[in-house]
Amino acid sequence: MSGVESAQPVLRLQNITKRFGSVTANEAVTFDLAKGEVIALLGENGAGKTTLMNILFGQYTADEGTVTVFGNLLPPGNPRAALDAGVGMVHQHFTLAENLTVWENIVLGAQPLHAPRLRAGAAKAKIRALSEEFQLKVDPDAKIGALTVGERQRVEILKALYRDARILILDEPTAVLTPQETDALFATLRTAINLGLSIVFISHKLHEVMAISNRVLVLRHGKLVAERATLDTDRAELSALMVGAETSAPDLAPATPGAALLTLSDLSTPSIGTAPGLRHANLALRAGQITGLAGVSGNGQAALSDLISGLVTPQSGQFEIAGNTVATWSPRNAIGQGIARIPEDRHKTGTIADFDLTENTILETYATQFSKRGWMNWRKAKAHAESLIETYDVRCSGPDSRIRLLSGGNMQKLILGRVLENAPRIILANQPVRGLDIGAVNYVHGRLAAARDAGAAVLLISEDLDEIMRLSDVIHVISDGRLSPEFARGTMQPEQLGVWMAGDGFEGCDHAA
Amino acid sequence: MRLEPIANPSLARRLTLPALAIAATILIASLLAMIAGGNPMAVLGQILVGAFGSKFALLETLNRATPLIFTGLAIAVAFRAKLWNIGAEAQLYAGAVVVAVLGTGALQLPAPALLTIMALAAMMAGAFLLLVPALLKTRLGVDEVVTTLLFNFIFLLFVSYLLEGPLKDPMGMGWPKSARLTPEARLPRIVDGLRLHWGFALALIAAAIVWIIDAKTTLGFEMRAVGQNAEAARFAGIPVTKVILKTALLSGGLAALAGFSEVAGLKGSLTLDLSPGFGYTGIVVAMLALLHPLGVVVAALFVAAIFVGADSMSRAIGVPSYLADIMLATALLCMVLAILLTKFRVRRD
Repeated sequence: MSGVESAQPVLRLQNITKRFGSVTANEAVTFDLAKGEVIALLGENGAGKTTLMNILFGQYTADEGTVTVFGNLLPPGNPRAALDAGVGMVHQHFTLAENLTVWENIVLGAQPLHAPRLRAGAAKAKIRALSEEFQLKVDPDAKIGALTVGERQRVEILKALYRDARILILDEPTAVLTPQETDALFATLRTAINLGLSIVFISHKLHEVMAISNRVLVLRHGKLVAERATLDTDRAELSALMVGAETSAPDLAPATPGAALLTLSDLSTPSIGTAPGLRHANLALRAGQITGLAGVSGNGQAALSDLISGLVTPQSGQFEIAGNTVATWSPRNAIGQGIARIPEDRHKTGTIADFDLTENTILETYATQFSKRGWMNWRKAKAHAESLIETYDVRCSGPDSRIRLLSGGNMQKLILGRVLENAPRIILANQPVRGLDIGAVNYVHGRLAAARDAGAAVLLISEDLDEIMRLSDVIHVISDGRLSPEFARGTMQPEQLGVWMAGDGFEGCDHAA
Repeated sequence: MRLEPIANPSLARRLTLPALAIAATILIASLLAMIAGGNPMAVLGQILVGAFGSKFALLETLNRATPLIFTGLAIAVAFRAKLWNIGAEAQLYAGAVVVAVLGTGALQLPAPALLTIMALAAMMAGAFLLLVPALLKTRLGVDEVVTTLLFNFIFLLFVSYLLEGPLKDPMGMGWPKSARLTPEARLPRIVDGLRLHWGFALALIAAAIVWIIDAKTTLGFEMRAVGQNAEAARFAGIPVTKVILKTALLSGGLAALAGFSEVAGLKGSLTLDLSPGFGYTGIVVAMLALLHPLGVVVAALFVAAIFVGADSMSRAIGVPSYLADIMLATALLCMVLAILLTKFRVRRD
């Protein structure tokens, strides 16, 4: 029997087609997943990866095609049936109740709703056994609200395993993880494969795809355009397949740095919750230069970006803009000083989802440029939005459409246009390409480089070391609220930066300790 | 069955569903009228006649709609900025108390000046009453739903004390009511001989002004931005706390105008039964209007017509006028459902 089973695919998608109105999200997609195999599903944003997995998991109903799990046809549009058949999905956005504990979240939905009480002991024992077996360290009695993003993801995976999933679908699982957490996740996935599970791994990070998968499927415009054994391909070929053409990173000419436009000397900010504040930081952002800030997420990047945005004021130390000490400090002051913010979270802090494009483009400048004595000048605002849409190639149905309908890349282009049109002196780019496809990434990087050449001081905050090293003229490393000295472009190897990121190397520089 | 979001609902969808909601309301009201032993056509017909059938009925409906326009606007302004003002009832009485204090002889001025001062002072009182919960919200994070709601009860007891004590009419035969306003302090009628005072015109002007603020001014833009996403608004440099406080002042002031127009226009003195819950019904009006200032006028007329019409129907046919309350509740529920169905499509699997 086992011989037959291993020959038979554990999962088969046949001829899946899904349309949303006039848009075809998936077209005749067919593939098999074997036992113990990791398939990477690669594609740009909007290529149809998530739609395909939502069909597999029963959240969408396909217009055509079938899903077979362990030889049995799955009834369409029924997540419960998918769960029962052994399909477990870890969504990009977690689905956990923050006020409940880890074990409560895991058993939620797995136990009968009307049982007189939950059997806590047995559930916790099973969770402990699973977390031992799969190296998913997490305390079953901890509240979800108190966990880090990485830990929450572990809970999501445990939730799937607790329901005896044999097929795991992971939708962009590393988008929210630090490099260390990513390594730990990969270790867990390898254990799972050794124990006979199969995995579909959705990503657009090529090095991860190369590291974890056996086979790569490339989706483009909803169609399966290529299938490669991971051993027979490389990153260059995959990225070409993904976008349909060879992409090129911007060629950066050497910078010609000018005067320091923003200076921090021995500056500290209060820590907020578990996130550290800045500790005696020294930093100078110079005109015509991109300063990269490398570091593991949660080491004080938020404190620095909040400070520059005007959301936080310094606790001690000197804060100067263009040589003048900053006295009063608020987001409006920051904008007035010519600071452009490309926020980390486009949806929460960058845009207002139900506002149209016009309203979103003037969010920061309505008071100074698009109104007079309290009266809005909507005609001017709309003309401005139209010109931004044109200049920054924002794909949309016009300035009156709501911004929530835009894809991540187009939303980011609009945000770029919003801040760059004001010829800012200082640009704070916080994770500017997170979640974007390669085409949009290169576009954003090109725009930042052009702004640099036009004389702006750019601070690039990113967890992606490749991005930092490719784009930055000088690099700082942040670790536990401390800033490393400035390193010139090309003088540091990734390994050396890694030492600083881990918090070593600060001896002798850290006056505070 | 599940709901699937509709990205861009069509105009037809946005117009048909509210119409269907009204049809459903009428259908349910007919059923109830039948259960109460009336002929549904006669009952509904009599409601219509009672609300619009004669000059007297029509003016009565407009008079009833006036305070509802003010409180509906107050709620719409606040709710759009996600400031949950449940205290329009108290703010209405705050305006009424100011009128009863200033209008009974304390200020001797010609009518136009006196009325202007009374209206402004009433607005300030209502604004202040909402400013306190708004400050508690912005400074300490206290939930304004609780504070504004409780303020209603506290303030009504305070009014009760005033009417038994300092403001009690010495000529009132012991009834808890204030002295009558002087003639200069009364809002005149729009047309001589017709029982409709200038409060109604003021309400229409207020609706137009709120609409202009909403659509044409930076304050309106700021209020909507704060309501939709306060985090992004703060990030973009919009002074969120200030905007919430300004919203509170505007909302409280509008609700207080309801009290001003009721006392100075319709009643002529302050009593404890001045408002049969106009502050609360204002929430229904604002929701029916989808928080749109001009929609508030339509919704207030609709609600007033049902109440006035049901009273007259009850006298003529004998079906209890509670039917009006049920119709209103049904209309609200149907409208909420219609809004949901504008944004989502029901899918059967």
